[in-house]
Amino acid sequence: MMLDKRMSAAEMVAQIKDGMTVGIGGWGPRRKPMALVRELMRSDVKDLTVVAYGGADVGMLCAAGKVKKLVFAFVSLDAIPLEPWFRKARESGKLEVLEVDEGMFQWGLKAAAFQLPFLPTRVGLGTDLAELGGLKTVQSPYADGETLIAMPALKLDVALIHVNRSDWRGNVQVFGPDVYYDEWFAKAAAKTYISCEEMVDRMEDHYPEQAQANLFERCFVSGVVEMPCGAHPSSMPPHYGWDMKAFKAYAGAAKDPGDWDAVKDRFVGASEAQYLESNGGKEAVAALPLPIF
Amino acid sequence: MTQVTLAELCIFAASEAFRGNGEMVATGVGPVPRLGASLAKLTHSPELMMTDGECYLVEQPVPIGPRAYDDRKPAGHLPFSRFFDSAVWTGRRHAMVTPTQIDRFGQINLSYMGGTYQQPKTQMLGVRGFPGNTIYHPNSFFFPAHSPRVFVAGEVDMISGAGYNPAKRVAGGNYSAIDLRRIVTNLCVMDFGGSENAMRVISLHNGVTFDEVQEATGFELELAEDVGETPLPGAEALAIIASLDPHNIRESVIRDNPPALRG
Repeated sequence: MMLDKRMSAAEMVAQIKDGMTVGIGGWGPRRKPMALVRELMRSDVKDLTVVAYGGADVGMLCAAGKVKKLVFAFVSLDAIPLEPWFRKARESGKLEVLEVDEGMFQWGLKAAAFQLPFLPTRVGLGTDLAELGGLKTVQSPYADGETLIAMPALKLDVALIHVNRSDWRGNVQVFGPDVYYDEWFAKAAAKTYISCEEMVDRMEDHYPEQAQANLFERCFVSGVVEMPCGAHPSSMPPHYGWDMKAFKAYAGAAKDPGDWDAVKDRFVGASEAQYLESNGGKEAVAALPLPIF
Repeated sequence: MTQVTLAELCIFAASEAFRGNGEMVATGVGPVPRLGASLAKLTHSPELMMTDGECYLVEQPVPIGPRAYDDRKPAGHLPFSRFFDSAVWTGRRHAMVTPTQIDRFGQINLSYMGGTYQQPKTQMLGVRGFPGNTIYHPNSFFFPAHSPRVFVAGEVDMISGAGYNPAKRVAGGNYSAIDLRRIVTNLCVMDFGGSENAMRVISLHNGVTFDEVQEATGFELELAEDVGETPLPGAEALAIIASLDPHNIRESVIRDNPPALRG
């Protein structure tokens, strides 16, 4: 058993095959494993099912035609509420979707984590979700006999997550005011690949006093890579805020020129080093103020 | 003294939706609902809980717009990572939101307009948390531009939030927590107190007639017997609103920022 789980982003992406289901951690424009997403964008992988609380990760994967099916509750950049590349993909009619409520979404990840076929919920009743998404109902076997929606497990082949710290063995530490559902992406996936702002050799030698920030245990981590600024242009508290200027340029490009191939070099780049350089370098990213809500 | 604006009247009306709610998380999405919830907490309903707009629970409502990152003073923590267990699925929340469409059953849409599920004509945000919010906790609404494009005839294009439509009831489903409260618009305040939960005008803003509201609505409205004029905020409320919105974001909410009194 290899306890040293260090690998490169390219090696991680090489594990992702055509047709796989990929979960992406974070939430909208926050805590997105964007460096890993960019690496995925540089690959030839296609026909993915993407499961995400979507932001630019979803938008650019859709724009590049890598997504066969999307499982989502929203796709948004917060201050830019409507993600323009996602909209284009939806309005083209080429994207298969399963649209669910935000709470149902995490419920589906939990069902997968617990190795259950589904978890019951009231959420979705009285809406169009079940009919449009083909979601079935179940009846409580107890005296109440309540009819509930069976939210299917969102089983992931791979989850991609960006964390604040990790050691070589995948002992992560996750900070910031809100960690969203990263824990459940990790547990819902057969393999979880982590990028981190800071890598250490042995966590216990460096930050033992912050072990409570170990959001999920290392048995849920298959690979780790250090990628400082790896969430850019999304926010990664406490290190840096989102880059709204970059998001605006990205959103603006959906209108003019509106062609992903013409602009992908700006938003993906040939390498992560080149991408960061063209966005002002690590110092500029580190100086991005944390967002105010 | 400067004139009271229609936006300020709406904030004041929005705050009334949260009166006496108890220890619930009051969530106002958008400037008017958020200022309304904050005003409620600072005046008649201090027991309300609310966040800083991100994930910290604050006892002192946080002003909207640019401010220093650490201006908030957290008293508690309510991150998305436990939002459904703590606030939504326990029913301990009252949200005021602005859907793109609403129909006579109170069904709301935030997902897409026109076209189909496979190929929408206009893709919007997605259903977000509306399905869970509406089946589990009270909800109110704010619309800055009351029109038949918002208050649609028939039903909304994609039912993203549950309402009182009997045709959307599955046998054995528990719909007991569907609780649609107030609708505040640039013309009036409404509730769902009509016959069989019909939408009903309970107060008209200064100078607005019921006919004008009906004209701007795609379905038939009822009129409450004791309908009156929507009250104006007093000096105390206006001062609180100004302190919570130091950059006057509220002036951009309703087109042309009209005064509350039509004169």
